[in-house]
Amino acid sequence: MPFEPVILWTDALIYILVVLVTALSWHVRRSEHMLAPWRRVGHSASGMSAFTLLLFFVVIGLLDSVHFRPALEGKNSSGEQIYSAEVLSIFDVIATPLRTRVEKTYSAPLSAHLYAKETIELPDGGRAREFSRLEFGGSHLEDPKKQLFNDITQRTAAGVGYAILLWVLLVAWLNTNLARHHKLSFIQSLRNLWLGEMAFPWRAILITLAIMLSLFFITVMLASHYHVFGTDKVGQDVLYHSLKSIRTALVIGALTTLIMLPFALLLGIMAGYFRGWIDDVIQYTYTTLNSIPSVLLIAAAVLMMQVYIETHPELFETTAERADLRLLFLCIILGLTSWTGLCRLLRAETLKLREMEYIQAAHAFGVSHWRIISRHILPNVMHIVLIATVMDFSGLVLAEAVLSYVGVGVDPSMISFGTMINGARLEIAREPVVWWTLIAAFGFMFTLVLSANLFADAVQNAFDPRTKTLSEKSSILKRKKRHFPTSRESEPKPPFPSANAKKTPPS
Amino acid sequence: MSSLLEIKNLKTMLHTSNKSVRAVDGLTIKIQKGETFALLGESGCGKSMTALSIMRLLPDAGEIVAGSIKLSGEELLLLPEMDMRNLRGKHISMIFQEPMLSLNPVMTIAEQIGEVLHRHFHIRGKSSNERILEILNQVGIPDAVQRMHEYPFQFSGGMKQRVMIAMALAGEPELLIADEPTTALDVTIQAQVLDLMRNLQQRSGMAILLITHDLGVVAEMAHRVAVMYAGEIIESATREAFFKTPLHPYSKKLFASLPGKYSREQGLAVISGNVPSLSQTFTGCRFADRCDDAWDLCHQKIPLWNTPPDNHYVRCHLFNTNQSSNQPNATAKEPTPIPIVSQKIASTSNELLRVTNLKVYFPIRKGLIKRIAGNVMAVDGVSLTIPQGKTIALVGESGCGKTTVGKSILQLIKPTAGSVLFNGQELVGLERKQLREKRADFQIIFQDPYSSLNPRMLIVDIIKEGMAALNNHSDEAEIDTLLKHVGLPPETKRRYPHEFSGGQRQRIAIARALAVNPKLIICDEPTSALDVSVQAQILNLLKSLQNSLGIAYLFITHNLSVVEHIADNVAVMYLGRIVEQGCVDDVLHDPKHPYTQALLSAVPTINEKDKRKVIPLKGDLPSPSAPPSGCHFHPRCPQAMSICRETYPEITAINSTQTVQCHLYSQKQDS
Repeated sequence: MPFEPVILWTDALIYILVVLVTALSWHVRRSEHMLAPWRRVGHSASGMSAFTLLLFFVVIGLLDSVHFRPALEGKNSSGEQIYSAEVLSIFDVIATPLRTRVEKTYSAPLSAHLYAKETIELPDGGRAREFSRLEFGGSHLEDPKKQLFNDITQRTAAGVGYAILLWVLLVAWLNTNLARHHKLSFIQSLRNLWLGEMAFPWRAILITLAIMLSLFFITVMLASHYHVFGTDKVGQDVLYHSLKSIRTALVIGALTTLIMLPFALLLGIMAGYFRGWIDDVIQYTYTTLNSIPSVLLIAAAVLMMQVYIETHPELFETTAERADLRLLFLCIILGLTSWTGLCRLLRAETLKLREMEYIQAAHAFGVSHWRIISRHILPNVMHIVLIATVMDFSGLVLAEAVLSYVGVGVDPSMISFGTMINGARLEIAREPVVWWTLIAAFGFMFTLVLSANLFADAVQNAFDPRTKTLSEKSSILKRKKRHFPTSRESEPKPPFPSANAKKTPPS
Repeated sequence: MSSLLEIKNLKTMLHTSNKSVRAVDGLTIKIQKGETFALLGESGCGKSMTALSIMRLLPDAGEIVAGSIKLSGEELLLLPEMDMRNLRGKHISMIFQEPMLSLNPVMTIAEQIGEVLHRHFHIRGKSSNERILEILNQVGIPDAVQRMHEYPFQFSGGMKQRVMIAMALAGEPELLIADEPTTALDVTIQAQVLDLMRNLQQRSGMAILLITHDLGVVAEMAHRVAVMYAGEIIESATREAFFKTPLHPYSKKLFASLPGKYSREQGLAVISGNVPSLSQTFTGCRFADRCDDAWDLCHQKIPLWNTPPDNHYVRCHLFNTNQSSNQPNATAKEPTPIPIVSQKIASTSNELLRVTNLKVYFPIRKGLIKRIAGNVMAVDGVSLTIPQGKTIALVGESGCGKTTVGKSILQLIKPTAGSVLFNGQELVGLERKQLREKRADFQIIFQDPYSSLNPRMLIVDIIKEGMAALNNHSDEAEIDTLLKHVGLPPETKRRYPHEFSGGQRQRIAIARALAVNPKLIICDEPTSALDVSVQAQILNLLKSLQNSLGIAYLFITHNLSVVEHIADNVAVMYLGRIVEQGCVDDVLHDPKHPYTQALLSAVPTINEKDKRKVIPLKGDLPSPSAPPSGCHFHPRCPQAMSICRETYPEITAINSTQTVQCHLYSQKQDS
């Protein structure tokens, strides 16, 4: 075999999560009333644009979650294939040029020279201190000073060109399908699409897609010959680091929720449903947990884990496995400290639900507690769970950055936004300033968190019965403007009680 | 005499997410100075939208698309919003149905009334306080000097409604719009509030637009009546004319669907079908599909107003004199009530349920270690027997503990003391498991059909749940027959509850209870959330089920006319205890206990001959955590004696069935 598959702990959990989400969406598709709020999410323009963006991040994250060890040439003494100690992912393979083209040290974005002066030997034997040419970045240029700008412009234009070509093809394909679905002519359908007169916000999605495709192709065109976001201290490509960080952020955001949910659901519903001493115990537990500074708790737990890992090196075949275990542990500890908020919400909702008459009716039938919880209470609190998890996601991504910055986050060998920012701390203090690492990390994280937040907003609007009226209101107002004034036709006026209707005092 | 409010051809649309609903469609009314004009109609017919259109306080989705509203000759629809604000509260005031929700809980009563005074009269401080006091005294708030600085939660429901009226009166309006002002209140309190509104009107001469669904309230209050159906007015007349001879088939049906003692032996007339959807355009009479007297013309042509000599207007082809030649059969069919097969099950006086001295106390806990500081005595020694196949009604005001009795019989609430014998077996103190085996025999139907069905379960799953839990064999065919039994097509079983109307939901709830073949069903106000015509359907259904299946009902209600219609025996509850008990004819027609007498007299009646003299009850129901000493009723009793303050009266038998707990009668026996 040319490679040996490696399934890291977090990989396995991500696969489970993917299976769960697929199963859930299949289930939702079947039942009309569960589909309805998702349709409302689908009708939110900002939500769907954010979702398109999120999808891009998720695809990169998933590609980065399929790991293997490539085979090395040659065999060991017993004739077995030997595999590299380096664990790669599919994404690593795709981004091989980014990964392997390592410069000596810092270089600015799209530069053909190093960022530090070097002593080089001149052909005539003399020595000079100057900015030497990069090994890979812009190496195809004869005279960077003259050609660099033109080359970059050309490549950018080509990138935009490819993007537009692909986008037009996409729009045409989509419109053909839409036209067939709505039984309209191609032109009519295109017109509807352009004016945004569709229930589903295709226009917003397509605009987002156009921007994303342009950026993507520009990056691809440039990245083949330049370092788009420059290189870091040891000459590694910052773009590669930024892209690798996405998986870490997604894992932290998604897996922590997965770990937190059982606690919050079980304890919250139990506290609200059973009341009495069970409620007291659960309430005291989360009040206590809440009053311990969570950074302290996380720091203590992570350091303990670190000691364990270092004393048992024989358990880990590769460094990736070591780093991964630490990441998983961070997810667990974050999950253990963050279930209290959702638990509190669920307890309150259950307290309200348990007094509902359908629950009382179930009691009158002697339905068991477990069935009441699973059939009556759980489906009726799911909207809260969904809103809370989507909203928590971005908070957790940010928390990882902060924890890694403090030094209790992920393993230093693991690439994450936190470690990138931590590294950039010193570079900012350097003279001349190395600004691109921080900007790249900031840009990617900002886009991820912003799109997650916008999507969470759309989900909340669709699922929260209280805000539903607000979004409806705006759509109604929009429609009102479009369709009115209505005819004020005169109707036959009914004769009506004249003024001298007899008046009698009430009895 | 000029009219105060003149609405012409008002059309209000509601733009919901997928269609536009004509909530009010061509409404024309005139209200004179100083008269009470009642707008009568069932829920969803556009009454409240009319009121909100007049105030120009429509929800965002609402829009007035045509018509004119003139107050004293001034066109309200053309006024800018600034002027409209000066008008609201000063010239037109409004009181709402739910007094608990209409007052701001964090402002004192005086502050809330003061706001109105400051806004419209620019008075503040001492003179404002004097005026507030004056208004509060006017609406009969006792001890107003102290109470004006209290917060809404310190007032009872009836008192809050008085405060609302006080706020509405503060601007000295010419027109008061009362949107179901007494629907949320008990009958005794309703009588107080209606009396107050009448008095105020006589004193200040303002006009009242009374919006209600209750024919009784209309009969008590109105000078003129307009009946609204599906967004338009279909009949308009003076009160006397309307109650003497309602003309429109819909009005007739409304009268016929009222339960009462006359309807006991037969079913109530029901209006078939549902209110038509208001999003369609009508080509004929809106009531035609549900009307027994409809003929072709009704479906083809929109009826115009007739031109009667006596100001009794009706919008129906039956009364259109110039077209009467087309009318196929001039003799309007009498509403034929559905006869209920009176195959009474041989009235074996087999006891099904015997409740003795049932007590339910809710402890009030205080302090750090949650020491029991007192008890809310929700049910305090109730004894009842229910024979097989009979209906016992439990009546009383809200808060008297009648629902708690029902739930503690089912052991949904653990009784503190007493015994509940079902078929001779003790239920109190049984473990959950032991109880489960008996659960199939007694079931419950709740008041609110909207909260008694899980919104996320299919109808078939809802009905199956009880069967499955009680290990009954359940198959789809059985569910189909059950649904047919309660009058729903079996195809509906694959739907969710939100696709059904209130009446249909209540039918589903009944089907769910029936699924386990119970011998006793506790009906906890099963019709109080429903319209009159739907109520008639449900009562008919319950009665026919009793006749065919021999189920006994414990019917918990505050509606005495429903009791007259359905019950065999009545127990009247006051503050956790039964004060009078007996056969329905005895108790309702010869009430002994002063409380029963007052309760009965407070029910608004339609027929003049049934009219009783209202016995006013002072104050509200006392708190069950600190009931008055002696007889619980003595602080409100018009016939209280000194002994009433000291000891609780013993049970006195009036005749073989009727018993009463009152000193008036125990004394008579002694002497």
